[in-house]
Amino acid sequence: MPLLDLANPSRFLSLVDRVLPWLVVATVAVFAIGLYQALLVAPDDYQQGATVKIMFIHVPNAWLAMFCWVVMSIAALGTLVWRHPLADVAAKAAAPLGAAFTFLCLLTGSLWGRPMWGAYWVWDGRLTSVLVLFIMYLAVLALWRTVEDPSRAARAAAILTLVGAINLPIIKFSVDWWATLHQPASVMRLGAPTIHSSILVPLLIMGLAFMLLFLTLHLAAMRNEILRRRVRTLRLMQAQAGA
Amino acid sequence: MHLGPYAGFIIAAYAVALAVVAGLIGWIIADHRAQMRTLHDLETRGISRRSSTREVA
Repeated sequence: MPLLDLANPSRFLSLVDRVLPWLVVATVAVFAIGLYQALLVAPDDYQQGATVKIMFIHVPNAWLAMFCWVVMSIAALGTLVWRHPLADVAAKAAAPLGAAFTFLCLLTGSLWGRPMWGAYWVWDGRLTSVLVLFIMYLAVLALWRTVEDPSRAARAAAILTLVGAINLPIIKFSVDWWATLHQPASVMRLGAPTIHSSILVPLLIMGLAFMLLFLTLHLAAMRNEILRRRVRTLRLMQAQAGA
Repeated sequence: MHLGPYAGFIIAAYAVALAVVAGLIGWIIADHRAQMRTLHDLETRGISRRSSTREVA
C-alpha cells in the first residue's frame, strides 16, 4: 500500500484493523520479557539498592512524555502546512496518552525521590520543566474539548502544540544548564551510556515495551477519533434532514 | 525478589503504572464500542454517508 493511500481514512482504518492484533501480541510479549528482566534478573544498584526498579518504568515514561509531544508537533505541522486529513486525528489521539505518560513519569519519579533524595518534590529545572509539559498537555486537551468544530480546534491546538515544543529542549538540557538534583543524561548522550549493561538491557527492553504500547494505543485512539467524526457527520446530516 | 526497606515505594510505583495503563486501555476499548454502537444505531435508522468513497475525517 503506497504511503499516500494512508491519507484516506477508510484505508487507514483497514490498515489499523490488520496491524492492531499483531501489535497487541508484540506489546504483551515484550512487556513480559521486560518485566521479567527488570524485576527478577536485573541486580540492585550499588547506590540506589532495589529502588532502581522504579527506573524501569520512570525512564520509559519520561522518554514517551517527550516523544508524544514530538509526534503532536509533527502532526501540528501536518495540520497547518500540509492539511493532511489524518494529522489532527493523530495529534488529538496522542494528547491524552502523552498526558498519562507524563503523569506516570512525575509520579514514579516522586516515589523514587522520597527514599533517594529525601523529598517527593523539589523545584529543580528538570522536574519543573516536565511539570510544565504536563500542564501543556492538559491545556491542549482542554482546547480540544472547548472548540466544537474539529477543524478549528485542530488549528488552535496545533499552534499551542508548536509553541509548547519550545519546552522540549529545555527539558532535555535542563540538567546541563542548571545545577539540579536530577542526574544528567545517562542513556541518550554523546558517547556511550553510563549505565552497566545488567541494568541498561532491561531498561531498553522496557523502553521498547512502552513504545509498542504507545503505538498500539495511538493507532486504536486514532481509529476511535475517525469513527467519532463519522458519527458527528451523520448526526449533522440527520439534523439537516430533519430541518 | 527482595525489595529492601523501600518496597512500599517500588510496589506503589508499579501499581500506579499498572492502574494508569489499564485505565487507558479500558477507556480506548469503551470509546471504540460506544462509537461503533452509535454508528450502527444511526445506520439502522437509515442515516448513512452519501458516498462510500467520501471521507469525513
